[in-house]
Amino acid sequence: MAGMIEVRSLGKTFVTKDASVEALQDINLSIQKGDIYGIIGMSGAGKSTLVRCLNFLERPTGGTVEIEGRDLSMLSEKELRAQRAEIAMIFQHFNLLMQKNVIDNICFPLLYAGVSRKDGGRKGTISREDARKRAYELLEIVGLTEKAKAYPSQLSGGQKQRVAIARALAANPKILLCDEATSALDPQTTQSILQLLKQINREFGITIVIITHEMSVVREICSHVAIIGDGRLVEQGRVADIFSQPKTKEARELIVKGRGEERRTLEGRQKDLMKGKCCIRIVFSVNSSFEPVIANMVLRFGQPINILRADTKNVEGIARGEMILSLPDDVKMQEDMKAYLTERGLAVQEVDGYGMD
Amino acid sequence: MEWTNEMTIMMMDGVRETLFMTLLSTIFGYLLGLPMGVALAVTDDNGIRPNPVIYKVLDVIANVVRSIPFLILLILLMPLTKLLVGRSYGTAATVVPLTVAAAPFIGRMIESSLNEVDRGVIEAAQSMGADTMTIIVRVLLVEARTSILVGVTIALGTILGYSAMAGIVGGGGLGDIAMRYGYYRYEKEIMFVAVILLVVLVQIFQTLGMKMSVKLDRRQR
Repeated sequence: MAGMIEVRSLGKTFVTKDASVEALQDINLSIQKGDIYGIIGMSGAGKSTLVRCLNFLERPTGGTVEIEGRDLSMLSEKELRAQRAEIAMIFQHFNLLMQKNVIDNICFPLLYAGVSRKDGGRKGTISREDARKRAYELLEIVGLTEKAKAYPSQLSGGQKQRVAIARALAANPKILLCDEATSALDPQTTQSILQLLKQINREFGITIVIITHEMSVVREICSHVAIIGDGRLVEQGRVADIFSQPKTKEARELIVKGRGEERRTLEGRQKDLMKGKCCIRIVFSVNSSFEPVIANMVLRFGQPINILRADTKNVEGIARGEMILSLPDDVKMQEDMKAYLTERGLAVQEVDGYGMD
Repeated sequence: MEWTNEMTIMMMDGVRETLFMTLLSTIFGYLLGLPMGVALAVTDDNGIRPNPVIYKVLDVIANVVRSIPFLILLILLMPLTKLLVGRSYGTAATVVPLTVAAAPFIGRMIESSLNEVDRGVIEAAQSMGADTMTIIVRVLLVEARTSILVGVTIALGTILGYSAMAGIVGGGGLGDIAMRYGYYRYEKEIMFVAVILLVVLVQIFQTLGMKMSVKLDRRQR
């Protein structure tokens, strides 16, 4: 079955006066209707160029892009503009008209974009009132009705992105391209925007392509993912498969990086666990790692201890182990344990939840 | 020296003539300079419709006209003025060289105002399928309007300054009065009054222009 978006051996070379840069090489993607498709890569990997090739904001220098079986390179300028109206796009920096209020921003694609009426298109075929009515409906979907008359400078980042999403939905698109749409937002706002995108995908059946450098975004909402590295397609498949069995170095790197993002939220939970407990942080130096210190300590005292966190850190080129332990409530026992660990050459430090970095 | 009634009338005429020349030339200047500036911004390498040939031609025209001293331009353009206005002297006649001198200057200001518009917003409009004309009218000119209005304020002040040289062709105005009485007759009091009136006019333009541009700017509230 032909997909919603078929990308075949796509290439893009930027030619400047004294050099040519191959931004993309031999990219093949098949995105099905209703997918939430993630395209992930480190910065500079070429993902932004790739997403701009999907609506021909950048013309590829090789290969083809087909939307519902239509080869974009075969379209005239006019047909291309009409096609673009069906492929909405949202951006990292929202890109709203700063001099127009929320409602006028959402009305923009309804009133002015697409092909003009004299070309048989729909531009201008909708009256100003109808456009406004539709804009208010869209504003309700994104949950911002009370901000209808506000200007973008009066909105927060998350609110601006909601307006941008409403504007993107205005023309009833089949595809929504998201170019780093949550990268300028804090974690909570990112969550709410991702939930909104999920809802849009479910309720309107819009195919969504998400460009991101954050693995957490992919894991949160994508069904499929393509990993781009150095302008090439490195790995692609279902998100679950890639997470459980990453085949390439790039995939593994991104997953490890994703854990770092996740840890920030985990640390919050750890702090809760540490409340009211006696916790210590111990640091292993190179030669202290030979003896199974913790295990021996548990055997010696006959008391379980809780390991809240274990990590290795590279400090000045030397790997150091770090652990956070929650000790039993008995004060005498705590002192004995600390003494036991100190005897074995470990740095012991009491922490209260803020000792972690 | 005693201040006479005639002098008051002369000053009022001066203000009237200066305003006539300045405002009319600014309006005609924008009629030519606005499309020119839009064309420069749009056909620029980084514009929405790059066209090196058109850009280069406009670029050269703008530079050539702007490098001719206004006094020389005034004389060079006399045949054209005569053709358009019917004669090459008088207040109305100075509007022609003033407009020609102002247009490329205005074009450059429009160009720089439009170049300040965020690329991302333009890209967003393109991604929605907007055509070049729509982007110019509905995105570029709208987003740049504050900066364009600041430009109008600057243009008014500059053209007012140019108009002081209109005396050469009998154009009248405050500048002409200041030159005739102050420079040729050493009647400094009249010169001072004329200069003060010029300063007041520039102040009024400047204040009004800035007030309006701030009022119309939706970015800061």
